[in-house]
Amino acid sequence: MNWIGRSLPRLEDPSLLRGHGSYVADRIGKAASVRFVRSPLASGAITGIEIPPGATVFTGRDLSDVKPIQPILHRPDYIAIGQPVLPVDRVAFCGQAIAVVVAEDAALAEDIADQVFVDIDTTDAIVDLDTALAPGAAPVHPEAPSNVLVEGRMRTAGFDRAFADAAEIVALDLRSHRQSAAPMEGRGGLAEYDGVSGRVTLTASVQMPHMLRTGIADALGMPESELRVIAPDVGGGFGQKMSLFPEYIVLVWLARKLKRSVAWIEDRRENFTASAHGRDQAFSLRGAFAKDGRLLGLEADLRSNVGAFSCYPVTCGVEPLMALAELPGPYDLGEYGVRSRGVTTNTCMMAPYRGVSRPMLTFSMERLMEVAAKRLGIDAVEIRRRNLIGTFPHRSPTGLVYDEGSYLQAMETAVKAINLPAFRARQTALRKRNRHLGVGLSVFSERTGYGTPAYAARGMDIVPGYEIVDCTMDPSGNVVLRIGSSPHGQGLKTSLAQLVGDELGIEPQRIRVVSGDTDATPYGWGTFASRSMVIAGGASKLAAGQVAGKLKAIAAHLMEASPDDITLENGLARVSNSNRTTEIGALARAAYHQSHKFKGLSPGLHESAVYDPGGTFSNACHVAIVEVDIETGGVRIERFLVVEDAGVLINPMIVDGQIAGGVAQGIANALFEEMIYDENGNLLTASFADYLLPTSAEIPEIEITHMETVSPESVTKAKGVGEGGAIGAPAAVVNAIVDALSPFGIELFELPATPQRIREQLRKAGVSVHG
Amino acid sequence: MKPSAFDYFRPASLSEALALLAKYKDDCKILAGGQSLVPAMNFRLARPAILIDINDLGELDYIFADDNGLHIGALTRHAAFHRRVVDGPLGALLSKVARHIAHYPIRQRGTFAGSLAHADPASEWCLVATALNAAIVAKSIRGDRRISVGDFFNGTFATDLAADELLAEIHLPAMGPGWRTGFFEFSRRAGDFALGMALAALRIEDGIVREARLGVGGVADRAIRLESLEDGLVGHAASPELIDSIAREAWALVTPVGDIHASPEYRRDLIATAVRRALTEAAA
Ligand SMILES: Cc1cc2nc3c(=O)[nH]c(=O)nc-3n(C[C@H](O)[C@H](O)[C@H](O)COP(=O)(O)OP(=O)(O)OC[C@H]3O[C@@H](n4cnc5c(N)ncnc54)[C@H](O)[C@@H]3O)c2cc1C
Repeated sequence: MNWIGRSLPRLEDPSLLRGHGSYVADRIGKAASVRFVRSPLASGAITGIEIPPGATVFTGRDLSDVKPIQPILHRPDYIAIGQPVLPVDRVAFCGQAIAVVVAEDAALAEDIADQVFVDIDTTDAIVDLDTALAPGAAPVHPEAPSNVLVEGRMRTAGFDRAFADAAEIVALDLRSHRQSAAPMEGRGGLAEYDGVSGRVTLTASVQMPHMLRTGIADALGMPESELRVIAPDVGGGFGQKMSLFPEYIVLVWLARKLKRSVAWIEDRRENFTASAHGRDQAFSLRGAFAKDGRLLGLEADLRSNVGAFSCYPVTCGVEPLMALAELPGPYDLGEYGVRSRGVTTNTCMMAPYRGVSRPMLTFSMERLMEVAAKRLGIDAVEIRRRNLIGTFPHRSPTGLVYDEGSYLQAMETAVKAINLPAFRARQTALRKRNRHLGVGLSVFSERTGYGTPAYAARGMDIVPGYEIVDCTMDPSGNVVLRIGSSPHGQGLKTSLAQLVGDELGIEPQRIRVVSGDTDATPYGWGTFASRSMVIAGGASKLAAGQVAGKLKAIAAHLMEASPDDITLENGLARVSNSNRTTEIGALARAAYHQSHKFKGLSPGLHESAVYDPGGTFSNACHVAIVEVDIETGGVRIERFLVVEDAGVLINPMIVDGQIAGGVAQGIANALFEEMIYDENGNLLTASFADYLLPTSAEIPEIEITHMETVSPESVTKAKGVGEGGAIGAPAAVVNAIVDALSPFGIELFELPATPQRIREQLRKAGVSVHG
Repeated sequence: MKPSAFDYFRPASLSEALALLAKYKDDCKILAGGQSLVPAMNFRLARPAILIDINDLGELDYIFADDNGLHIGALTRHAAFHRRVVDGPLGALLSKVARHIAHYPIRQRGTFAGSLAHADPASEWCLVATALNAAIVAKSIRGDRRISVGDFFNGTFATDLAADELLAEIHLPAMGPGWRTGFFEFSRRAGDFALGMALAALRIEDGIVREARLGVGGVADRAIRLESLEDGLVGHAASPELIDSIAREAWALVTPVGDIHASPEYRRDLIATAVRRALTEAAA
């Protein structure tokens, strides 16, 4: 063990930090500019499209051969909705692409797009969950008369008894408003046409290059071999860039049609209106608690506003079905009855966003625990103690199997670190001076690194999950690792190089990781769902292990020892307990150039491995300490602490970075970010002036402590960590606000807890600022 | 996110700029720091056919104090106020207020005059000018015009400037050493436009308020000077009780606007709080 566990500076950084990163917009060269004409209305029939004379503009009629995007779930309660690449007859949300302009530069394309007039017979837009679900509501799509696109239900056998036995039933209505992942770089694509081969290369800012190739090839009815997809440096994705969008299909269609290269660089307004949103959810919970605070049963009605279309490939089931399956979270829940619906509206499509449902379900469960604790007169930490999972493997009421974690220990460590008694004393003292501090806890589990079984269980037509890795050592002993995963800022290349470095006994700097090019990597799924370190890491370890096995066999042959006695370390193969060594480079050369000597071994050093795990659960406890200004409703975060268990840390610095970034997004979710539509379906927050990302001034230093539970469910012993920060933070922050405001008896059940929402509750509670 | 096509002039002298303004009138817009105009053009909310860039007009880049007060030339950037531009309470107040305007890079380009000409109701400088009773000097080939701030703002993004006029100077009355000031602003994030703010200036002698200036911003279609409340302060000690009652009156007096970040009720609360805190600071 040489490299695992070290905070090695990221191999990606020298180029990114020096401005040598290469994003789509850096590569467009002389390609023609593409601009989409977008619907100014949320709902209505297209009655005509007027195109300025002489302009190169295409509409849905020109693309009538292109198949709609129609992701499938094989379950009876799912209604498949096709998303036309460019609609011909009607629009379904404000911002939907209706026509496409090609011009010599971006400004000109925008000028022309301005002159394309679309006549729309507007109809009433269905914007929010309540309107969509109201009896007699007009259907957004004729195929789905009730506006429900997917519905899951389950009820355990002893559900009714749990409620009959309950000492206290706590009922809550919780709301999370819509958000955007807001990656720093928007979407964008360059489709290059090769006149000789007729092939198209699409360079795009995406998280799932192989999936994009499949989706586009299917839509255009072409073999995948005619399309190459490249994901160059990608400026953030957070899930927003893992779906197939109409724009990319249109780009490839244009390149083939016009036989030239075309490029589209999304602007921020397009990203906000037409990319993808998430977290627009309303949950109603009823918790049945015993007198001692144990949660005997939980009833949940979960509604997710999935927007106008279903995202490909994961479908609009991603939020509702995740919510259904994982609501119990870290708690040992006996009985469970749930109904979860994905509801369509005339708004931008929902797609995965870091955490997918779990920020909301953690918020919901953690608010439930707090309210129950108050009602039952039990301490908020104690009620969690009595409910957290403690024996492993644990089987949840929805059939999920949790591998070993440290739910209780993580919470106890966090509570100790903040010194709760000292905080309470300070809180009391400051309240006398009209200063209102509060502390809030959030305990959660994060299901990570799951393979095909988890996706198959959802009934997905396209079942992601495994990863394939090719590991090649060249004759000089350096390694190329080709992965199907597609990192975009996570530092995965560094972590994998550390992992493989240990496996092969060479420095990480000698390992080059190739990703994001369908011509150069094995078919894979990409980077999302806290999976790459576990799954691509697992496959890398297995493939490198096979190469190591071959190196040892060669070394054994050359040094006349048994392969079992060979160790690979510091660039050398060594016979144990001896000073006989051979340089790994020499072994590699021999593998290629003296292969005739090694009977039973194939020439060269080229191995491939697949990893398709069942999944592993990370866990964490977040604690926030906040101060609330009761006159303005303003919140300042004084302290934020994370105790995280993601198994063995390959590169602790990178893990900390993932947690810190996630927590910042979670704080944004708790206090700032909110996509607001008016009742006609116009987005009112279509720029960074109104959609408020927190800045460094609003984010405190994040204190992180690690626990390392070693799980047999991951060959690298690493668990996923990409989403946890975003999952846990909202609950911790809001619980802290509620604690700060406890003298006024205020409860908050809405995300984000904006100053005006907080102030509204205070006003209702009689905290006046005018006498 | 690309502006529509426009013609661009970069005059070398004020007279040349005024001649261009006289020629193109409503078809043109002055480009100063560009921190409001350029985003609006990129969103195509503003589509001027012609831009007249005044950044080469060194003759407008000045700031000086005399017995009458402070003279701020049109090219004075927000960042010029990071340090105290004049000794005494006025310089200190402006330096405090400037830090609430946007972010450091924006303050390097955005101008005091541009803020007034733009007339965003949540602009700090518009509140300063209103509460402190500034005068505005407009120039055109027709001559100079001195506009009192009370006549300058006509509402959100609307001023009394004629199409051929350039806002050349802002004049803030002097503030002697007897003045004390207070400023409070609430915004969602550091650097955001105010959801509510108040500015107070009191001349206190022997514990009694002799003169008072009080204004609020970010709450209506323009900054508002609360003269009736100023009158209520004069002749009294600025006690916590008096300040409370003034804040209460401000709450009742101002009819705030609502938007997605702040409902009218919420803004009303912010007004009372901002007035109380600004006055408390000034009285301290
Ligand atoms: C992210 C961001 C945050 C911001 N936050 C704040 C904030 O918190 N508070 C705040 O007050 N402002 C804020 N601003 C706006 C900023 O202060 C602008 O700089 C200011 O409003 C305009 O000044 P300017 O010199 O940039 O004017 P420009 O943008 O160049 O012009 C604005 C308008 O005024 C006209 N104009 C400019 N100068 C003159 C003149 N001399 N005579 C006649 N007309 C003229 C222009 O024609 C145009 O119509 C923010 C801006 C950004 C981008």
